[in-house]
Amino acid sequence: MNHTDSHPAYLAHHFVDVSQQRDSAKLGMWIFIMTEILLFGGLFTAYTIFRILNPDMFHNAHKHLDITLGTVNTIVLITSSVTIALAIRSMQVGKRKVTLVFLFCTLALAAAFLVIKYFEYSHKFHLGQLPGKYYTYTGIAGNNPHIFFSIYFTMTGLHALHIIAGMIVISLMIYRTFRNQFSAEYYTPLELTGLYWHLVDVIWIYLFPLLYLIG
Amino acid sequence: METRTKEPAAHITPVRVYLTVGLALFLLTALTVKVSLIHLGTWNAIAALAIASLKGLLVALFFMHLLYDKKIYMVVVSVALIILGILIGLTMADILRRGDIYEYQAHPIKPEARIYDAARGDTAGVHEHDAAGNESETTPQESDSHH
Repeated sequence: MNHTDSHPAYLAHHFVDVSQQRDSAKLGMWIFIMTEILLFGGLFTAYTIFRILNPDMFHNAHKHLDITLGTVNTIVLITSSVTIALAIRSMQVGKRKVTLVFLFCTLALAAAFLVIKYFEYSHKFHLGQLPGKYYTYTGIAGNNPHIFFSIYFTMTGLHALHIIAGMIVISLMIYRTFRNQFSAEYYTPLELTGLYWHLVDVIWIYLFPLLYLIG
Repeated sequence: METRTKEPAAHITPVRVYLTVGLALFLLTALTVKVSLIHLGTWNAIAALAIASLKGLLVALFFMHLLYDKKIYMVVVSVALIILGILIGLTMADILRRGDIYEYQAHPIKPEARIYDAARGDTAGVHEHDAAGNESETTPQESDSHH
């Protein structure tokens, strides 16, 4: 087989074959996911420290988060994880149009998550339940309740930034799928986008009980 | 098309598996909310973390294909989790056992606290009542031990 004229357009020159290229890309993505786990891990550690030092205040403050909205957002993100998994599967079996539909579903669910988050944030801004020196609310007993909202806004805010980044990448994937750049033989960028999106889902799976349920 | 034969067939998960895992995640979400409404003390936190970890495991194994993919990806995730465990473990060993070593617990900063050494003639930080009465009681060595 003559390498120079028979290799597919999506195979970069520095890879031996398609499977080596895909494995390298996925390994790189998993290492990136590792750094993301450690990024959020630092914040989870900070959460644990402040919770141990202020157990009563955390318990009182967490009651001011809306469990219903938090649960709905959890369902929204899990559903979006299912739709992006199905989008990739559709491409694996060569159904490009179904992939597009599922990618649009994922994008819409991500937007729904942010809209719900916006309502939660604006309610807290209105009440003055804000981080650090901006905290003006008076209805929470215990020492330094602003610490809880510093943690809450830092963790959910960083997570929301990840949602926005994910939406940008998913939009790019919709564009590339639309331009017919993926097939049953080549869909690695879609797969990596899926990995990232599932990570964002897993982080929320931990944020939701720690902030909304047990405080 | 001839390159297709060189590729190992990628695992294609049946739709049924994705939907079943999704349903399990919904049910576990409902469960963790229900459990949090029952008062169990410390067990509330343990139950919440256990359910969250089960959900995370389901997402990683099935949605992120860790179960079917090369094991090297599982090694990468494990390394991340081990490092995170060391971070949280050592931090907790500090935070939870601090009282065993230090005589003084964390307390609010007292208004009469002196942070300048009067012997050097630096009295900017000394409060009036402090300078009047308590100066002889606090030697520099003692204030060092309070740090």
